[in-house]
Amino acid sequence: MFGKEKSSVKRCAALERKLVEYLDGHARPADRHAVEEHLSGCASCRLRAEEFRALWTALDDLPEVSPSPAFDAMLRARIAAEPARRSFWDWLPSPRLAFAVTALVVMSAWLSSVPRVTTNPTVVSQASQASEVSPESDFGMIRDLPVLENFDVVSKFDALSELPVTQGRPTGEGVKESR
Amino acid sequence: MMLDVKAGDDQSFELLLRKYRSPLVNFLYRMVRDTAVAEDLAQEVFLRVYRARQEYAPSAKFTTWMFRIATNLALNSVRDNRHRQMGISMDQTVDSGESEQPALEVPDRAPSVEQELVARCRAEMILKAIHALPEKQRAAVLLHKYHELDYDEIARVLECSESALKSFLFRAYETLRVELAPLVSPTVRVDRVPVQRGEQPS
Repeated sequence: MFGKEKSSVKRCAALERKLVEYLDGHARPADRHAVEEHLSGCASCRLRAEEFRALWTALDDLPEVSPSPAFDAMLRARIAAEPARRSFWDWLPSPRLAFAVTALVVMSAWLSSVPRVTTNPTVVSQASQASEVSPESDFGMIRDLPVLENFDVVSKFDALSELPVTQGRPTGEGVKESR
Repeated sequence: MMLDVKAGDDQSFELLLRKYRSPLVNFLYRMVRDTAVAEDLAQEVFLRVYRARQEYAPSAKFTTWMFRIATNLALNSVRDNRHRQMGISMDQTVDSGESEQPALEVPDRAPSVEQELVARCRAEMILKAIHALPEKQRAAVLLHKYHELDYDEIARVLECSESALKSFLFRAYETLRVELAPLVSPTVRVDRVPVQRGEQPS
């Protein structure tokens, strides 16, 4: 008997989620059938269902309220006080300017990716001179490079004569001369 | 209509305002029981709709979206008001709705004074009973009974499952059935107190 009561309570509890949906006509056919079957055998739930219907009728007595006459005007004032929203594109005066800005940015990016050419004037002049030198004189310069390693020769350069003389200056002994 | 508002049509916004102004004010008044606060909140709802018009996407019905904004504002207002009332006095019971007498829409046939008094009493009793419900149950009842939203829509507004919503509604109507017993039926048994989970029935 205790088990019977327990299962009955369980079925009444299961009705909770279905009763409102059943009463307002939105229950699925399977649920509607289950509720009707339960109501036909349970006086307590049947009474509850009737009272729910009566409650809904009573709730219809709640009258509606009207918005005040100033409602619309106050809302419009609040909307008018809103700050104007501007998007990014609104800051650009014209499409042509936008295109020009974009082209400038792309050009700058391309130029920054190009490797730099050196601007040393000596190098430039040497480079320009080198461009005028023949292959034979090229070979001659390479051949004469060891001369530049000879201190006696280098020390006779005018520019180097302005340098201060230091102790222990090599005299040229031990310097290889390979020709 | 909201898509027209999104496209910049101000006339469509006016149409939205005319269509939803009254339902929104009614819903909010029944939530907060204060006409001034209800109108302020309703204006705030329309303002937020207007602000968000560019980002509006018709992934849900407009009414779902609008009532979700309204419900959140109402719940915040109720909680703020409760904190304010607790700060005023712990002993004093404040009922902000009773002094507010909203303009009632009366039928064309002019009622007698007695009938009007009875109607006002019934309305006050119903409003008080609804306002005594927990906030989410209150919102669920109002949206279900007075605005006829689908279960799916109400669940989205309250951010809960449909199953949880149906439980809210059942418990809310059960409470109202007892509170409004004199209006519902003289034979309603008031000893059938709604049982919360884990509690023993009285």
